[in-house]
Amino acid sequence: MITNGTLTDNGTAAKPTFPAKPGVNIIGLTKSDYKGLESTLCNGCGHDSISSQIITACYELGLKPERIVKFSGIGCSSKSPAYFLSRSFGFNALHGRMPSVAQGALMANHTLLGLGVSGDGDTGSIGLGQFMHLIRRNLRMVYIIENNGVYGLTKGQFSATADIGQELKYAGRNEFPPIDLCRAAIIADCGFVARSFAGDPKQVIALLKAAFSHRGTAVIDIISPCVTFNNRDDSTKSYSWGRAHDERVNDFGFVMSQEEIIVDYAEGETKEVELFDGSKIVLKKLDSSHDPTDKQAALRLLTKAHDEQLFVTGLLYINGDRPNLAETYGLVKPLASYQQDKLRPSRESLQKIMAGMF
Amino acid sequence: MIRDYTLESTTDSIPQVGQAAKSAFANRAPIVNDFSITVATKNGSGSQTSNAVLLRALFKMGIPVSGKNIFPSNIQGRPTWYTIRLSKDGYIARRETTEIMIVLNPETALEDHQNTAPGGVFMYADDITLPARRSDLHYYPIPVKELARTYEADPKLRTYVANMVYVGAIAQLLGIDLNEIEAALKFHFKGKTKPVESNMQVVRAAAAWAAEHLVKTDPYHVVRMDKTRGLIMIDGNTAAALGAIYGGVSFVAWYPITPATSLADALNEYLPKLRIDPETGAPTYAVIQAEDELAALGMVLGAGWAGARAMTSTSGPGISLMAEFTGLGYFAEIPAVIWDIQRVGPATGLPTRVSQGDIIAVYWLGHGDTKHPVLLPGSVYECFEFGWRAFDLAERLQTPIFVLSDLDLGMNQWMSRPFDYPEEPMDRGKVLTAEQVNATKGFARYKDVDGDGIGWRTLPGTDSPFAAYFTRGSGHNERALLSERPEDWENNMDRLARKFETARKLMPRPVIELTDGAEVGIIGFGSTDPAIQEARAMLAARGIPTSYLRLRALPMNDDVTMFLAGHQRIYVVEMNSDAQLCQLVRLHSPKDATKVRPANHSDGLPLTADWVYQEILYQETRY
Ligand SMILES: Cc1ncc(C[n+]2csc(CCOP(=O)(O)OP(=O)(O)O)c2C)c(N)n1
Ligand code: SF4
Ligand SMILES: [Mg+2]
Repeated sequence: MITNGTLTDNGTAAKPTFPAKPGVNIIGLTKSDYKGLESTLCNGCGHDSISSQIITACYELGLKPERIVKFSGIGCSSKSPAYFLSRSFGFNALHGRMPSVAQGALMANHTLLGLGVSGDGDTGSIGLGQFMHLIRRNLRMVYIIENNGVYGLTKGQFSATADIGQELKYAGRNEFPPIDLCRAAIIADCGFVARSFAGDPKQVIALLKAAFSHRGTAVIDIISPCVTFNNRDDSTKSYSWGRAHDERVNDFGFVMSQEEIIVDYAEGETKEVELFDGSKIVLKKLDSSHDPTDKQAALRLLTKAHDEQLFVTGLLYINGDRPNLAETYGLVKPLASYQQDKLRPSRESLQKIMAGMF
Repeated sequence: MIRDYTLESTTDSIPQVGQAAKSAFANRAPIVNDFSITVATKNGSGSQTSNAVLLRALFKMGIPVSGKNIFPSNIQGRPTWYTIRLSKDGYIARRETTEIMIVLNPETALEDHQNTAPGGVFMYADDITLPARRSDLHYYPIPVKELARTYEADPKLRTYVANMVYVGAIAQLLGIDLNEIEAALKFHFKGKTKPVESNMQVVRAAAAWAAEHLVKTDPYHVVRMDKTRGLIMIDGNTAAALGAIYGGVSFVAWYPITPATSLADALNEYLPKLRIDPETGAPTYAVIQAEDELAALGMVLGAGWAGARAMTSTSGPGISLMAEFTGLGYFAEIPAVIWDIQRVGPATGLPTRVSQGDIIAVYWLGHGDTKHPVLLPGSVYECFEFGWRAFDLAERLQTPIFVLSDLDLGMNQWMSRPFDYPEEPMDRGKVLTAEQVNATKGFARYKDVDGDGIGWRTLPGTDSPFAAYFTRGSGHNERALLSERPEDWENNMDRLARKFETARKLMPRPVIELTDGAEVGIIGFGSTDPAIQEARAMLAARGIPTSYLRLRALPMNDDVTMFLAGHQRIYVVEMNSDAQLCQLVRLHSPKDATKVRPANHSDGLPLTADWVYQEILYQETRY
């Protein structure tokens, strides 16, 4: 459970201590306690920007790094968990197979907070099946797709999110339409679907904070330009295109469970949505007047965006009704915490079974 | 075949069956508790119940038995055979001959008729038309449909009831105790009285009909013995599931595949009864049906990494899908237990038939340099034992452990002594607590602190700022940091090789039976044990004494080397087409390679003692 950004094992709320001292967060850690190793990605890679926002979001939420588990697949994006939260355990899995590893680990210890980073190749091609099944089972975790429309690590092939008709120096022309991973997530009954842009740190941070409070799988598809292979101005995955076309469907403030709601939006323009752990988001409706609690509206919006190559960002769909995987399985204590006394049934029980086998 | 086991007489008293027999066969010596019964039906017709009941009734009469289900890869309507072997001497391997043929499937009647042993019994549904009768068989037509109609009004249930008709008729003919049939029905229906009663009604009626209408002319008899007292009868997959449960399995991910499915079914049956935390009422386990085997092993590795006792069970095609993850588990050093219930491959192969064709595949599964400890249970007892031991080994060695069973061991019923409760405390391996990590200056996940190649690990959630590390499949140094330095790579691989030597010492040793003066040694593993044991008796009777080494794990240890050194000719008996274990044995001790001879066979059916005997005899006399 997260309460007020602080993790407790038993779910009871720790009394918040606002305001925190300068230079430290509510659990007394400095921002550098959330740092990772130095990045080895290309200078200006969108993935590095997202790593910074992850650090900021976790710091500001006051999450204890030891209670977070990082997951990734394979790719430049999937390397990035080494570059944030060094005090958190991490599992760099196989290409496209992060979801299965995360499901095992977070079922073994469902009290930990999962944070996954994948790429558009990792999720949209080789890992599409596991992605859909993860969402279907609704494992509680934040699932970030660092979407650059190419395979960075293997040097610039088209990914399944590249636009039809796009041309790249190395890869040539892409003849197939993109898979919209947000639309795919909604179709698999995801209860938290967002899109953002690595060039919009404020929105990325706000979405990350809300995602940590979601009951199940929270998918954030972040357009994250690959400066080396896919950053030409005409590419929909480039910085310049993103800056020019970013259409936010909503702005919102994230309010931790016991924090007072102080958001500078005028009354009547806002909509409150309560999250799994008691936190709230206060949405400010923008011109589009998209209602993120309306699934059909979200699908319509994404279909329009897909067809007209629009870049809509923000919280696209939210619904916390569906139980997460650990809830479905009725888990109470972490499975990994059980020792022999609870794991090995009694001698008598075996004798009874044996007696019944004649 | 070479030796006719059935023609031995016995001094046990023979009860009178049916009416007094007055035929040309009448004065033949009776054959008691030493023959095979084969039931030919169509699959999906409910004959599984009647066959299981027949088998258990004989077992309850104290007679050593084994049952082999030869079934098709199909849901309904294809030919199925079920063979029960009764053996007063306790031999339980499959036999090639069948003395008592019960035929309900017109499609196979012709070949079944041909395949019945001379002097045997041919019992059949009376609406099956036969070609010319053989003069050397005893015929018993049974009005199966008529009797079924009398006792089951619902036409949909009649085929099921029809199976109970042959149970009653054969019980009457051979002298199987109806009370034991009732007891077996109770076992089968887990005490539910209604199905027991309705089935019993048919059995009794059919027995009464047979008593009245059949004149017994054959010499086959079932007589109560006392050779199964204190034993149990169970299939290997249920045994494996129970073993896992008593081994503390807390996470299972699997994907349906014959013949592994019944292992997961048994977990799902027993876990809710045995593994609820009394304090919270919550399960101490989770079983997930994954989207495929690839995801299943991914989940298992995630769970094992996080500290659960995690396992999966699958068969050949699933093993292929697990290759990449197995390599990751090996290299990232994550405990996992993988059961492979072998069927016949490559490709889809013969999915409902048995082989031992995965031994090389699992031993080296994965790309690059990978090798894995493999447990080789040779009985249902060992399915249970290795079921719990596998977790201790996986957590101690921090690596995926394979357990290689097969369709015959896994899905058929086997007699066994009752399973012993694990006396050793669970070995949770080298795991550091937060306090220990804090005290350790500079925790290094992959450092060989103790000289056994096994590092200390920490579990996610450990409350220390120094506990975390980044688990990855890419090259790393002792501190789990990414490294492409040649010496880091080589040091790590050397340590993994050291760890494999530790595994060699920890794995169960082979079971060895040495015979004084034997020049011939036999090496085998898994479900072929009964066939090998029986063949050894046959070979000994022919003047060829043999020693026997039953391998129970890979990697092989010095016991194997010594066994090879101590014999002139060593036959490696196995059920596959490429003599895979034979190749591994030769590799294990190259200097003995020329002494090691393949005795491999794979046609989808369990190995018979006759085949093993013939094969070794042939090679012994030819060379
Ligand atoms: C089974 C397998 N196939 C292929 C690869 C090679 N490979 C590594 S990363 C990658 C693509 C990564 O693309 P993406 O997920 O979009 O990440 P990016 O580098 O763009 O961040 C591929 C194909 C692999 N590691 N494993
Ligand atoms: S190749 Fe592209 S995705 Fe990879 S690090 Fe460089 S900029 Fe980032
Ligand atoms: Mg990419």
